[in-house]
Amino acid sequence: MGLIKTITEKPWERKGVIGGMAPEGTFAAESERVALTFFLVIATVVFSLFMVSYYLRMELPDWEPLSEPAQLWFNTGLLIASSVLFQWSRNIVVRGHTRNLYTSFFGAGVLAILFIVAQMVTWNHLQAGGFYLSSNPAIAFYYLLTGLHALHLIGGLWVWSKCAIRLTSGGEPGEVRLSIQLCTIYWHFLLLVWIVLFAILANT
Amino acid sequence: MAYVPLADQDQDMEMHHPHSWVEKYVWSQDHKVIAIQYGGLAVLTGIVGLVLSLLFRMQLGFPESVNFVDPNFYYQAVTMHGMIMVVYFLTALFLGGFGNYMVPLMLGARDMVFPFLNMMSVWTFLISVIILMASFFVGGGPTGAGWTLYPPQTTMAGTPGHDAGIILMLVSLAVFVVAFTMGGLNYVVTILQYRCRGMTLMRMPLTIWGIFVATVLGLFAFPALLVACIMMMFDTVLGTSFFMPAVLESGTPLDYEGGSPILFQHLFWFFGHPEVYIVALPAFGLVSDVLSVHARKNIFGYRMMVWAIIAIGGLSFIVWAHHMYVSGMNPYFGFFFATTTLIIAVPTALKVYNWLLTLWEGDIRLNAPMYFAIGFIFTFIHGGLTGLFLGNVVIDLPLSDTYFVVAHFHLVMGVSPILVLFAALYHWYPKISGRMYNETMAKVHFWFTFLGAYAIYLPMHYLGFLGVPRRYYALGNTDFIPLSAQDLNSSITIAALIVGASQILFFINIIGSLKWGKKADPNPWGAASLEWQTPDTPPVHGNWGENLPTVYRWAYDYSVPGAAEDFIPQNVPESEAAAAQDAKSPESNGE
Repeated sequence: MGLIKTITEKPWERKGVIGGMAPEGTFAAESERVALTFFLVIATVVFSLFMVSYYLRMELPDWEPLSEPAQLWFNTGLLIASSVLFQWSRNIVVRGHTRNLYTSFFGAGVLAILFIVAQMVTWNHLQAGGFYLSSNPAIAFYYLLTGLHALHLIGGLWVWSKCAIRLTSGGEPGEVRLSIQLCTIYWHFLLLVWIVLFAILANT
Repeated sequence: MAYVPLADQDQDMEMHHPHSWVEKYVWSQDHKVIAIQYGGLAVLTGIVGLVLSLLFRMQLGFPESVNFVDPNFYYQAVTMHGMIMVVYFLTALFLGGFGNYMVPLMLGARDMVFPFLNMMSVWTFLISVIILMASFFVGGGPTGAGWTLYPPQTTMAGTPGHDAGIILMLVSLAVFVVAFTMGGLNYVVTILQYRCRGMTLMRMPLTIWGIFVATVLGLFAFPALLVACIMMMFDTVLGTSFFMPAVLESGTPLDYEGGSPILFQHLFWFFGHPEVYIVALPAFGLVSDVLSVHARKNIFGYRMMVWAIIAIGGLSFIVWAHHMYVSGMNPYFGFFFATTTLIIAVPTALKVYNWLLTLWEGDIRLNAPMYFAIGFIFTFIHGGLTGLFLGNVVIDLPLSDTYFVVAHFHLVMGVSPILVLFAALYHWYPKISGRMYNETMAKVHFWFTFLGAYAIYLPMHYLGFLGVPRRYYALGNTDFIPLSAQDLNSSITIAALIVGASQILFFINIIGSLKWGKKADPNPWGAASLEWQTPDTPPVHGNWGENLPTVYRWAYDYSVPGAAEDFIPQNVPESEAAAAQDAKSPESNGE
């Protein structure tokens, strides 16, 4: 919309209705989508601040690098598959189809739940191996960041479950189109966050 | 993606109409009721903060005169006063209160975009306040670590409230951040998407610009507080060492090792500095509108005011370390932050000049809101100028732990925003309540508050130059502090008590006027912006009756040459304005 153009106009010179039904400066997008965009920026700020703290903390003398458990590669695969299925269900619903919608949409959620379970299993393995939260800062960051990521995913699953209930109780796919689209964006975002987290956690 | 004509969507917005008293006033989704809930709760919390300040002022002015104010209580009172005033009072009142009330009305919308989320926001805020207040009743009492909560002392024995108090504080802050995020998303999306026909961004009143940029700052700055709170909570409860270094407590080493207390300071001030502007920017916006209306002139340099708000918002994220000059940082780092800090004075000064030039040759109506608005210009200039001193590393170092700093930040971010709050409350009171307040009482309230604030904070600058340290329970026998400093301290306390007591006038006025006030005209000040043009006063649920307004001009058409009246409301089309002008001209020819 040309931010510079917008904020350099002289409002005292222009009279009359400007912009027709939609005033200048509104995004041609649903309000929910705009809200989600803002939320993603906020979540990015939260994760970035943790990552900055991680790097600053890493430079202090008591830092002990952590060797990441190999299960994480498997967990990553689950999350990628979940994201792919979400994209699939989004494509179906955007085209107005219904074939495979249930498979893809429910599959995506189930895979995400499996991811969280797998993350918890990994936590248990670490605990069993004697890596407790307070043992060293690297492991503390590991628990903190993976936990935070899982919490975001659980928030997403809450929206997913509401949408799933509407679908199973006979809702038209058209009614849940926006929810599925936004869920997909959110899932891709969390996948991206996870890949970055995995990279920096592995890279000590 | 399909284009959605948003103003249409808005027009037919599904309203959640209340069915009972409880739904109307308790679980309400109406932005105006939520605004009053937010504002009322913030004011109640603020009163607690005020009483705490009077208690520790008693100790400073008349040592040991109040028997339960011992050193522990003193630190707890100072800490809670700071945190309550900055976060739970000013932030909540400006954004939760005024943000909720003004945004839909000034933009010509029926409500916020997400009314349910809005309701959740106020109830979550209530939970955070309850958790905060609960810390007064737990063993050990509330935290006394100072409102900045610096580790390691925050969580160590010797600091009052180091066990339960600090945990409740951290939880309460985290819950507050959640509440703020829910509200903030609402304001931002409403401002971007729910403006009525013709309301372009550059036609919005400056109040909305201030609230908009402040909300964006809040959405990006509060996460830093959240991150700091979470990590400190881990350190306190789960024994990690994010912030806690290897440290001795009463001679015994604790289980911590290698954490960085400075990291906490960076995170805290990355939130803490923008927080100053989260409070200041809505105040700048509100005061601009009050000044313009009561001076019967358009705001001077509207575009520059908008640019200044945006510039201040942007710059506020790169000045945080000026709160940490004494932390032993790299001098080059300090130089960078001193530079950015001084640069921020440019847009701020620009705003001050524009307010003064708005008054210049205006047809000034000295109503109570105008008293407070002009009072704000005074205190803001004084507080802002001492900011230039403290922004320089070499001047900050000797002054940073003295009363000079207390004087600076209370004038600039305590007294100034509060004067704006009073200006705004008196200014919009007729619209919010449908009644007029008592003008004389409001002016008496102004003089007590304004002169009293100077009687409190001006002497603190001298105390600071003498080197009187802040944060001390008692000064003891120190050679460099003359005995007369104690007299000054006593006079400050007396002034504080008088100012505190005079606030009763305000409450009598606004509560009494609800019953005995004269019925207010829908637009008593002759203001041009949209919130004064509602069909009902106070506005009812849905705000605009059948049809949403359409906007034909900016919000500052005051004293337009040739116009019938000295203001043209935003929703008056050109043709009507011209017709009114024609109707007027034969009459004026006849004179």
